[in-house]
Amino acid sequence: MNHIKKIEIVDQIDVSQVYDELSHANSGGVCVFVGSVREFTQNEQVVALEFETYKAMALKEMAKIADEACEKWQLNKVVIRHAVGRKEVQEPVVVVGASSGHRDGCFEACRFLIDTLKDTVPIWKKEIFKNKEVWVSSTP
Amino acid sequence: MEVLLFGIAKDIVGSSSYRFNDKEPKPLTVKELKGKMRQAFPELGKLSSLAVAVNSEYAEDHTSVVSGDEIALIPPVSGG
Repeated sequence: MNHIKKIEIVDQIDVSQVYDELSHANSGGVCVFVGSVREFTQNEQVVALEFETYKAMALKEMAKIADEACEKWQLNKVVIRHAVGRKEVQEPVVVVGASSGHRDGCFEACRFLIDTLKDTVPIWKKEIFKNKEVWVSSTP
Repeated sequence: MEVLLFGIAKDIVGSSSYRFNDKEPKPLTVKELKGKMRQAFPELGKLSSLAVAVNSEYAEDHTSVVSGDEIALIPPVSGG
């Protein structure tokens, strides 16, 4: 199958473009996950999140995830896009999605894309609170 | 030999890269490199994990490193 994959690290995410990127004549389903900045983490108010990346490696790791998803499920198109820089509450920070002939494939692939991205892609998130800044997951 | 630093590793070292002193013996493997970095910056030892990438691929402890490789410390990732 000829999969079409779009892998990007960008300054700003536009979620409105993703349907066009994933729609395909052979796809009966499109599934998208958007991660966004949540205002509270463990009852503490977050002012913003700041993301940084090791871009060359992150793009490689994202491409591996897309390839693996295309091996596991019959997908026509895959998108993995992550934002970097400072993101305010409610702003989108990551969008992943897939389209496939039937819904099962794209639903399962979408979950795999975001879960694996969180595990392996070298992107780091700093939570900015009113009085402190914390790199997420850095210490046990 | 230079090591790229990101996230909390960059904050701990206080710079976006670290250069090994030319007079000292250079680390030959990923394991030695991590050991030397932790020795120089003990706070790195307190992280929940610390991986190393060689030429932008995750590397094992036994992977050898040479000058000219692109080496990076990868503290716990937290994208998404």
